Amino acid sequence: MSYHQVAGTRTGGKRPLRRFADAAEPWFYSAPVLVLIIAVMLVPLLLGLSYAFRDIQLLNPFSGGFVGLKHLKALSQDAAFYRALKNTLWWTGASVFLQFFFGLILALLLDKPFAGRGIAQALVFLPWAVPTFLAGLNWAWLFNPVIGPLPHWMVSLGLLSAPNNILADPQLAMWGPIIANVWWGIPFFAITLLAALQAIPRDLYEAAAIDGANPLQRFISITLPFLAPTIAITILLRTVWIANFADLIVVMTNGGPADRTQIVASYIFTQAFRRLDFGYASAIALVLLVLLLAYSMLIVVIRQRLIEKD
Amino acid sequence: MTGKLIGTIAHRGAILVYIAFALFPLFWLLKVSVTPNDLLYSEGVRLWPSRSTFDHYHFVIENSAFPTFFKNSLIVASSTAFAVTVFSSLAGYALSRFRFRGKYVIIALMLITQMFPLVMLVAPIFKMLSPLGLTNSLTGLVIVYTAFNVPFATFLMQSFFDGIPKDLEEAAMIDGASRFTAFRQIILPLTLPGIAATLGFVFTAAWSELLFALMLISGNASATFPVGLLTFVSKFSVDFGQMMAAGVMALIPACLFFLLIQRYLVQGLTAGAVKG
Repeated sequence: MSYHQVAGTRTGGKRPLRRFADAAEPWFYSAPVLVLIIAVMLVPLLLGLSYAFRDIQLLNPFSGGFVGLKHLKALSQDAAFYRALKNTLWWTGASVFLQFFFGLILALLLDKPFAGRGIAQALVFLPWAVPTFLAGLNWAWLFNPVIGPLPHWMVSLGLLSAPNNILADPQLAMWGPIIANVWWGIPFFAITLLAALQAIPRDLYEAAAIDGANPLQRFISITLPFLAPTIAITILLRTVWIANFADLIVVMTNGGPADRTQIVASYIFTQAFRRLDFGYASAIALVLLVLLLAYSMLIVVIRQRLIEKD
Repeated sequence: MTGKLIGTIAHRGAILVYIAFALFPLFWLLKVSVTPNDLLYSEGVRLWPSRSTFDHYHFVIENSAFPTFFKNSLIVASSTAFAVTVFSSLAGYALSRFRFRGKYVIIALMLITQMFPLVMLVAPIFKMLSPLGLTNSLTGLVIVYTAFNVPFATFLMQSFFDGIPKDLEEAAMIDGASRFTAFRQIILPLTLPGIAATLGFVFTAAWSELLFALMLISGNASATFPVGLLTFVSKFSVDFGQMMAAGVMALIPACLFFLLIQRYLVQGLTAGAVKG
């Protein structure tokens, strides 16, 4: 029976006013959220899209006119933008992969009951509660050879030849924010994957164990298929989110040394915040938005293909 | 038998490695914050200084705008957490219990907000809030943060409501209660863990936000913690002890909140997953 039939039989005998109240009820509940999202996120989004084609400089009262594709043309010749794009790929790819990999292992470790699991879980998830700016500062301090132990330890391990600050080294600087990001982001993957793991019916494992499947076989034939939807959606959301995530970089390196850690998101912020050039910043944001949408579409299409194959 | 024992040891060992990795940076923060200045460089890589002191904490509390930052952040984070929880409970309830035209439009709208770069909103939001006098104001920050956090919180609350049987409020409604009364008096109390999870999640998010706070706030009077600490860092860039003491204090509320709610977070996401 379809929804309309049900609604029809239920509300058929009521007066029109009553019927209107019934139909409007869910909207009363969702109205505040809708108003907020539209006013504070969607309207600014559209405005931001229009800024990409206008000359908007905060301190210049004569700015505001339409300039057409000027910003986008300038952007296509902006070498710093291309570098930032390359850095964004590297930053996002490495961060998402490492967060996912270590997050999955952690979720698997926490899935089976053991004494002290509650406290262990609270402790390993703690980094997520650390404000990101503080996580950035904290790791910047750890990498600082004057007060941090990490450079000295890396020398002992033979990873560095001298206890220098890797954040000042153009070749290595990106690893600083990536490590901080992995530290901060593992709990997110672990929490979502753990929730998905705990939703897998236990009897499936028992049946497989009776059939003589070893742990690896059980992981591949039960755990992975059950986790796959969660993994797909989490990785998709996380990739988009990390590509946009500028806090750690702004705090730890500010894009330096020599723009080696400048990602597109931090470049947008630099243009808006330091140069107050909102028009150009919005043009970069527009390009980033288009790229991320293309990426999301690609993932959704691939996922659809995989589902159809099964 | 021995195989199982080795497995157990490996499992506990791996957990310990994770705990050490998670806690070490925080431990180091604490360590430097209690190291007296004269030992800071000579005992730079020691695990605990031979002498410890709370001088840095005294200095930060007495001689900086730190208490103001703390108060501002507390106001912003609690107001945001409260507003988001109220709004997202209502919307989450609607998504969980009603079948109505437009439901998927609402879900799509909320998903879209999760997809685009929030940095993109920096410029337009500044331009919109500035004529309303909401830049450089805590109210402006609360409005912006509430909107940013509401979509995820709504999905979270919806998954908690999905885990509660519908018969409960239907029985109350047959007895003559209005739906809203049933929602308030029967369903909400059962969702307390979910409400706690949402409150804690949003509180930490609002406590930590940096980019919009930097953009919308100038001057110490209404600076939140992230902004204040960053200016503090650039101003006192040599005094690591004081910076880290300020950092430790910034950490405390967020961590306390998180320790209280993290259990419910996993529980809530599981409830949602079971329902599909």
